[in-house]
Amino acid sequence: MTATVRFPQPYTGGAAAQEAMRQTLLPALLERFPEGVEELPTPFDIAQLKVMPDKLRDVCVFLKEHGFNVLMDVAGVDYLPRTPRFEVVYHLVALPSLWRLRLRVPVDESHPEVPTVSDLWPSANPAEREVWDLFGIRFAGHPNLTRILLPDDWVGHPLRKDYPLRGEREKAMGPAAERNWYHAPKRPGDAPGSTGLPRSVSEGGD
Amino acid sequence: MSRIVRSGQYELNVEELKVGGEGDRMTLSVGPHHPSTHGVLRMILEIEGERIVKATPEIGFLHTGIEKHAEHLTWTQAITVLDRMDYLAPLSNNLGYVLAVEKLLGIEPPPRAKTVRILLTELQRIASHCIWLGTTALDIGSQSVLMYAFNIREQILDLFEEATGARMNPSYFRVGGLANDLPNGFEDMVRRFLDEFPERLREIRTILDKNPIWLDRLRGVGVLKPDQALALGVTGPNLRASGVPYDVRKAYPYAGYDEYEFDVPVGESGDCYDRYLVRVHEMMESHRICRQALERLEPGPVMVDDRKIALPPKEELRHSMEALIHHFKLVSYGFDVPAGEAYQAIESPRGEIGFYVVSNGKNKPWRVRVRGPAFFNVFAMPVMMEGALLADMVAVIASVDPVFGEVDR
Amino acid sequence: MTHDAANSQFLTTTIDKFIRWAQQSSLWPLTFGLACCAIEMMNLPAPRYDIAQFGGEVFRSSPRQADLLIVSGRLSNKMVPVIEQVYRQMPYPKWVIAMGACASSGGIFDNYAIVQGVDEVIPVDIYVPGCPPTPDAVLDAVLKLRQAIQEGRAPGGVMRA
Repeated sequence: MTATVRFPQPYTGGAAAQEAMRQTLLPALLERFPEGVEELPTPFDIAQLKVMPDKLRDVCVFLKEHGFNVLMDVAGVDYLPRTPRFEVVYHLVALPSLWRLRLRVPVDESHPEVPTVSDLWPSANPAEREVWDLFGIRFAGHPNLTRILLPDDWVGHPLRKDYPLRGEREKAMGPAAERNWYHAPKRPGDAPGSTGLPRSVSEGGD
Repeated sequence: MSRIVRSGQYELNVEELKVGGEGDRMTLSVGPHHPSTHGVLRMILEIEGERIVKATPEIGFLHTGIEKHAEHLTWTQAITVLDRMDYLAPLSNNLGYVLAVEKLLGIEPPPRAKTVRILLTELQRIASHCIWLGTTALDIGSQSVLMYAFNIREQILDLFEEATGARMNPSYFRVGGLANDLPNGFEDMVRRFLDEFPERLREIRTILDKNPIWLDRLRGVGVLKPDQALALGVTGPNLRASGVPYDVRKAYPYAGYDEYEFDVPVGESGDCYDRYLVRVHEMMESHRICRQALERLEPGPVMVDDRKIALPPKEELRHSMEALIHHFKLVSYGFDVPAGEAYQAIESPRGEIGFYVVSNGKNKPWRVRVRGPAFFNVFAMPVMMEGALLADMVAVIASVDPVFGEVDR
Repeated sequence: MTHDAANSQFLTTTIDKFIRWAQQSSLWPLTFGLACCAIEMMNLPAPRYDIAQFGGEVFRSSPRQADLLIVSGRLSNKMVPVIEQVYRQMPYPKWVIAMGACASSGGIFDNYAIVQGVDEVIPVDIYVPGCPPTPDAVLDAVLKLRQAIQEGRAPGGVMRA
């Protein structure tokens, strides 16, 4: 009563499919959305488009109708000090035609909001939560936009460039030039969370 | 003592849990520390009797800030933190990141480096599937398979220790090639392992394949239909068990995989048993690729020749001033990578792991985004668990093969 | 035990030595794998390193039935209340091995997300360096812990009169 596995012909030919996509789909897409969508130069094989946030839903509906059935990833990037500061990057894949497309949505710091696509592709649900958690970019219409990786009561969005690497600890550690790494290792009896804090001279530190 | 436990949209008042009776719903929080050996996952289940009505995974118990940390390290140092994400298959993470950076730099590693990369990545795939097999069997109840599978893995870890110096988290693949060449006698060691491996796998399959307990617990459990899987972003053996023949090694060949002959096993019904069969067959296919890689292995350099990226050989440091300067600069500052973005997808034992690397032209990555397959696989688990029994939850989690280093990063 | 006679002291110290011998010969670890070190810890009951020969026969999943907590992996902020609760659930005497660099001191992850050493949360008896430490390093730690228990240097949280 055991099943068997088959060894069918797997999907092949990604590079050729990319070329085909550039000839067929991209011109159609750019024609359908003359403003708000522009193609970015890409020396590598994935075509990328810059899509304005207000056009994102329409573009995604269009792409889904034309075969992009998998949303591989939703990522956030912080380009501080450039304006617009953030970018939300979507990677879409069409199976079995093997098309790949990258959408880059610039998001301004003053209005960090982007419409959600989690109703089109359920895989966006956790990925958008992660972008909210780590960057603070809201996704309008998301059913459950709460923190996913960090504890619920965390303050701040760590992957932003102005968030210090060590978080709250870093503020107590003082300026980088005055940190006391080599002469103040942890000792038994130290208060929790005090790694790297400067020791006072009276305690025997430097 | 009443306590309110808040998590996302859930608020559980511990005193208010209702228990018992037909049709009464109980909310059960399983984890993050639980008997299933698959890592720190918290499953909030709503059950009626033994049937799971709704499952919500809660993750983040292993969040390490790896992506943030990689922005503060040079391109080569970032390899060490990125290794520790998918810790069952660190060389896969290595390979993906290194290929993405090489894409940005526009360099190709020498042929020997490519062959060794494929050889070690496929051995890593076998090792990862061995852990999966052992821990899944342990969760389902068979402790002896755990011992057999971990024994196979010990042999592979010995090979890694010979080649890279570390059993786990070797950080062996570098931008432009490998950290160092293989030791003498390595090929014989690999050949000996590859000769023994099919027999060892056959031993395990004899215990499990037609075992009534195994079949009862895995057949028909955790069914995932292909369209559901695609919509949820599931990739890897989980997707292939549902019937979709998508393997990144065949679809978008990288690192030289298009020169190797191997097949892609695809299941039919998308249940846990098919996922088991797909992984077992994948181990045999990896074995095939390793044999071909061994045959292709030829002496040669293992690092690209560009002195701006690769360290000069130690002998040159004795008489060449330029080599010394290059060495100093590479070790203290690193190398600059041209500005741009690159996305490299790799077939890791869990699925398509994607590295979206953004560079601003300096010596540290501006952003490394890792598309972890286990992240999306975990959120497909509720679909698989609906209507299943409580004991099937363990089987589903085990068969999906999540690694929480990758889910939480 | 209140008598000062030589006889009763002989009896209690011998019983103490016997109790300590019993404790050190049957340290049952708790399955508390967090990250990469957990994989190396899983190699401990595996045939090559076999912690069962040193007393760790079963890895118990319930903290109430285990006496050795091997914290293997990095402790993130969200996990702190969990490890506290697990540690409090273990009955005395209990020992803790901080396995790996991340459990000992935060390891390579000196950032916002990782607690810099599990000893900020629970008391630790032995620290094992490595990233991850090979299973023989952990085995060495277990053997050293056993010796410490036998000699009375690691009371496991129990106050003795």
